[in-house]
Amino acid sequence: MDVLTDNFSLYGKGFLGTVELTVYASALALVLGFLMASFRVAPVGSFRVFGTVWVTVLRNTPLTLLFFAVMLGLPRFGLVLPFEVFAVLALGCYTSAFICEVLRSGINTVPRGQGEAARSLGMTFTQTLGTVVLPQAFRTVIPPIGSTLIALAKNSAIAGAFSVTELLGTYKTLSELGYNIVWTFVWIAVGYLIITLTISALFHVMEKRWGVAR
Amino acid sequence: MTESTALYDIPGPHARRRHILYGLASTVVLLALAGWLLHLLFDSDQFTSTKWSPFLYKGIQELLLEGLGNTLKAFAYASVLSLALGAVLATGRLSERRVLRWISTLIIEFFRAMPVLVMIFFIFVALKVQPLPALVAGLTLYNGSVLAEVFRTGIHSVARGQGEAAYALGMRKTQVMTYVLTPQAVRAMLPAIISQLVVALKDTSLGFLITYEEFLHAGKLIASNLDYDLPFIPVVLVISPIYIGMCMLLSWFATWVARKERRNPKTKAVEVAPAEPQTLLPGQP
Repeated sequence: MDVLTDNFSLYGKGFLGTVELTVYASALALVLGFLMASFRVAPVGSFRVFGTVWVTVLRNTPLTLLFFAVMLGLPRFGLVLPFEVFAVLALGCYTSAFICEVLRSGINTVPRGQGEAARSLGMTFTQTLGTVVLPQAFRTVIPPIGSTLIALAKNSAIAGAFSVTELLGTYKTLSELGYNIVWTFVWIAVGYLIITLTISALFHVMEKRWGVAR
Repeated sequence: MTESTALYDIPGPHARRRHILYGLASTVVLLALAGWLLHLLFDSDQFTSTKWSPFLYKGIQELLLEGLGNTLKAFAYASVLSLALGAVLATGRLSERRVLRWISTLIIEFFRAMPVLVMIFFIFVALKVQPLPALVAGLTLYNGSVLAEVFRTGIHSVARGQGEAAYALGMRKTQVMTYVLTPQAVRAMLPAIISQLVVALKDTSLGFLITYEEFLHAGKLIASNLDYDLPFIPVVLVISPIYIGMCMLLSWFATWVARKERRNPKTKAVEVAPAEPQTLLPGQP
């Protein structure tokens, strides 16, 4: 117990680092994922190809390799940014591929007749999308988006190994200070459980509120 | 794409001409982007012969191959063990004994909610295990728990009449499970299982972080060689296609299996899962 109470500020810093990484990377992943999903369902061929390549490559890239390439590779082109930004970039791009697939399959669950009916009522493209297709797609994608974001929060641990201030990284300082290593990890685990279970609870509430009864 | 979607009508001649125009414009932009990247690579001297010469040496090729072999070895151990653990945990969760069910649910939910890397580091640092067993154990615990959920979903996705009919014939629960439900469930979940193995293959790269001598580790060794002018970008350009290619092959295999099983008459009473890793929220029934 005293591992936590003695080093509360260290743990707090790591915890906040993880939360920050998760929030920024989630935002980036959601925006990029939405963009790529719209590319993938676009009527223009080259957009579709670009979206498909983006998703296929990133989904099959080991995240460690991506971190390795981004953290150690981009500085060689003279792009020097704080490690946190690189971590957010790598995590966000990686997760955007999964978000894209979730959104795309969400759009595909909307029956074709819905769009056709909307158009036959004289709705414009924006109206069809904004008032008919997307609201229905949104309801079905809540749980998978939630689990993708949980995966992102868990993946942020990799950033810690690349010297970003983050929850898992705290173990190094603590073991150097001579604290019991098992308890150190127990509190790290509790920290991650708090984050993942919070996201999970949040999305359960959203699902209750907006989800489709199936 | 000629059929209409919920998003837009089938384009007419006017719209089609516009789409072709957009397509051409965006292709030009993308090509320009690619050209700029290539220019950057050339500009920062990434294609000099000193940086690429290490790949000509036998020792370095062997180092890379050995790293690749270690990656595949970790993947083989982890996938076999996690399949076994998944089967055990799924049996536990489907058990009629409440205690067994609770214990396995607890294990599954805990390891699913925990980052794999934390598990691996815990086993490596706190339990002082060698890198390979630590990596394999961490991957097994995580992927085994996820696979247990996959198996369970598969069993539940078999049409209810199948189990009921088997019980009506006087089969015991074990018989119903082994002869009726599991074969159909495995067929249905095979794409999801293989996709989970892709996750395991990708996660073997975490071994890099605990100094396991796998593929990335070999790459790092070459990349930090001063004799060849720190050939980091060439190493990435060599390693990533191999790594991504392996994962892609396995993913394509999963998609192929999904298509094949969907046509198979033996999956009539069950819905074949898509070739994607399962995305269940923790705590979802």
